[in-house]
Amino acid sequence: MTQVLKLLVQRIALGLLLLFLVSVVIFLGIEALPGDTAQAILGQSATPVALANLREALGLNLPPLTRYGNWLWGLLHGDLGNSLTNGRPIGPSIARRLGNTLFLASAAAMIAVPLALILGIIAARFAGRWPDKIISAVTLTTVSLPEFVAGYFVIYILTQLFPVFQPVSMVLPGMGFWAKLQAVALPVIVLVLVVLAHMMRMTRAAILNVMESAYIETAELKGLSPMRIIWRHAFPNAIAPIVQVVVLNLAYLVVGVVVVEVVFSYNALGQYLIDHVTKRDLPVVQAVGMIFATAYISLNILADVLAILANPRLRHPK
Amino acid sequence: MTDNLDQMLTRARAGRMSRREFMGRTTAMGVSAGIASALFAKVARADEPVRGGTMRLGLSGGESTNSLDPALAASPAPNVTAQTWGEKLVDVTADGSIDLRIADDISSSPDAGEWTFRIRQGVTFHDGSPVTAEDVVATYSRHTDENAQSGALGIVQGISEMKAEGDKLTLTLASPNADLPYLLADYHLQIQPGGGYDDPTAGIGAGPYKVVDFDPGVRISFARHEGYFDSSIGHADEIEYLIINDNTARTAALQSGQVHMINRVDPQIAELLRAAPGVQVKQVAGRGHYTFVMHCDTAPFDNNDLRMALKLAVNRQEMVEKILDGLGSPGNDFPINAAYPLFDDTIPQREYDPEAAAEYYRKSGHDGSPIIIRTASVAFPGAVDAANLYVESARAAGIPLEAKLEPDDGYWEDVWNIQPFSMSYWSGRPVQDQMYTTAYLSTADWNDTRFNNAEFDELLLKARGELDETARKAQYSRMAHILRDEGGLIVPMFNDFVDGVRDEVKGWYTDPNSELMNYRAAVRCWLG
Repeated sequence: MTQVLKLLVQRIALGLLLLFLVSVVIFLGIEALPGDTAQAILGQSATPVALANLREALGLNLPPLTRYGNWLWGLLHGDLGNSLTNGRPIGPSIARRLGNTLFLASAAAMIAVPLALILGIIAARFAGRWPDKIISAVTLTTVSLPEFVAGYFVIYILTQLFPVFQPVSMVLPGMGFWAKLQAVALPVIVLVLVVLAHMMRMTRAAILNVMESAYIETAELKGLSPMRIIWRHAFPNAIAPIVQVVVLNLAYLVVGVVVVEVVFSYNALGQYLIDHVTKRDLPVVQAVGMIFATAYISLNILADVLAILANPRLRHPK
Repeated sequence: MTDNLDQMLTRARAGRMSRREFMGRTTAMGVSAGIASALFAKVARADEPVRGGTMRLGLSGGESTNSLDPALAASPAPNVTAQTWGEKLVDVTADGSIDLRIADDISSSPDAGEWTFRIRQGVTFHDGSPVTAEDVVATYSRHTDENAQSGALGIVQGISEMKAEGDKLTLTLASPNADLPYLLADYHLQIQPGGGYDDPTAGIGAGPYKVVDFDPGVRISFARHEGYFDSSIGHADEIEYLIINDNTARTAALQSGQVHMINRVDPQIAELLRAAPGVQVKQVAGRGHYTFVMHCDTAPFDNNDLRMALKLAVNRQEMVEKILDGLGSPGNDFPINAAYPLFDDTIPQREYDPEAAAEYYRKSGHDGSPIIIRTASVAFPGAVDAANLYVESARAAGIPLEAKLEPDDGYWEDVWNIQPFSMSYWSGRPVQDQMYTTAYLSTADWNDTRFNNAEFDELLLKARGELDETARKAQYSRMAHILRDEGGLIVPMFNDFVDGVRDEVKGWYTDPNSELMNYRAAVRCWLG
């Protein structure tokens, strides 16, 4: 177990170092973009005087290193600062939207992960036969659709043809849990369609891979039912690669769903990030970037650890 | 006349016109008093405004970076928001006259250099305090401050002295301006308590609705301001603006009834939406237009023959059809159309004429090197397609025009107003003077065509203080001719405002001042 602990500490330290590097890269990236916050805010209506005033007011005249240092210092003290564009504190705005991002991601994951595993197992059980072919064909079709196309299909079918849901999925303060669930139904459907195939295919492939082994043959010869063989004997040994893919998809559900957010006007972090990138609002981009990087890195650490825990050889090294 | 009568009936129906006003104006149009009276009684009974309900609008053009500070409003959602919680000294009515709001009387010195406004009694801010002349002075001085970054800076800069005495507000202008009330109708100039110096983003004004929740880029919700002075508007109990930037989602929200109105219907689907049940498409010719701008002081565009060749090489009709899907009208190379007061409709429409263009091109003696027009999709919706159409129509005239696609990022900083030939847009201004002053006066900050014509400048300043409308109209007409024939401006088209409205929304009338009934559709309409 100490082995595992040591590994965990190592991974987390590495993760923190990565986060620091990410913050530097984001900062440099924003600096490299043409135009600055003042120009982005004033746009077509910028006059030289207004530009100079705004730069002064926003502190954009300070050298880059100083601005980065100030930001890092604030972050370490839990202060994300104020948005340059509208002066509102970043922390509370992000908290509201992060909640929405996680709500949508969890709702989609709750459906997609079990469904993908079940479909994967069924496909493996009937490999090469019609249930396998149907499952593969359907999920491969949905994953091949760009998200916005899938989104528009779902909007058309479920709000116009059969008006069951509302096309705009905004989650607003004061909504109850069920109202929220109903609001996010459409984006959840789209996200499930998008992430299902990847996890399902990996489950199927991993199980089939294990099914080639000699011990499965033994189990078959003992006369165990195919479903029992898969569930009791093949699946536990296929878990490591499946977990990797599942976690990767979870990370995607948190950080990569901006298109779905736009299509359904869902007020989560992705749209918030894009708005502020176009306005070169560095503090906001930094803060959201860090959240996304944290989600990505910690989920990957989780995947590694789970893979190790799932593997007896790694769990009990000689 | 029928149009006018229709408009008046709609306004009467909306409770925006008293019986007396209605009778006066319809009889002036030649309708007999008996008929006018019967008409008024009919509309007034048939469609009384209904109080109550929640009016929901789906708006394009809102971002999480928006602020409640009216000085910074620069896109549809903030503009609509400001027009909901705010009230101005005056507004402009749908037929182009001045609508008295916080001011209830206006007078000016004979030379239009000094203006006096009487502040309406009993108007209160949302916090209960009365609106005073001092608040108006403070508001305007905040917008004068460069640090406020106000979009109305150019307007208030022209005021050299402000004085508040009791309910009287006196504004002295640096140079006479007969249009001052129109300029003060600018949507940035919402009167704020104490001028909004304490907290410009408080969202406290004297408008018909109070801000309840402001979640930028997501939703802005309002409740009726019970102390509002004008009971003819503000029918819904609550208003909600949902920011839905995606065209398809916004249209779907309208069709499914999740929202009652939307702005910016995509021209490409307007026809389809018209056919959808329960929904109407409202199309209003406004003052917004798209532009191709040439720098008159930079070779090769310093040659008026070449400029004329490039103007004649634009196929305007084709652009209106293909870029605007017919929801607009061809431009005439000056930034004014019939939506402006004192427009001269006798100026001939410039048409696509490849032969004449070729002739002017030959006369210009251009060396045949490629002429490059810069474009980007942010220049205006469909700008890149418009550039391609333009290149083709110019080729037919033998002009070696090439379009260069620039990145959206940095287009307004590095390309427009920097490169000698580029694409842009203007959303228009309430009066001709302001549009010309903003971009065609030789000293204007945004003189994006580097236009420098002494006669034009002189006429502009003269017309500004001219109180005789006939003389003024003649001056504006002359200026239009100068700009059209000598300027660096190409106006291929004026774009219409296209809004979508559900059938249960009543009280809609055409207002060319801006989209969504001058941003006040939610305030003026009701749910029936």
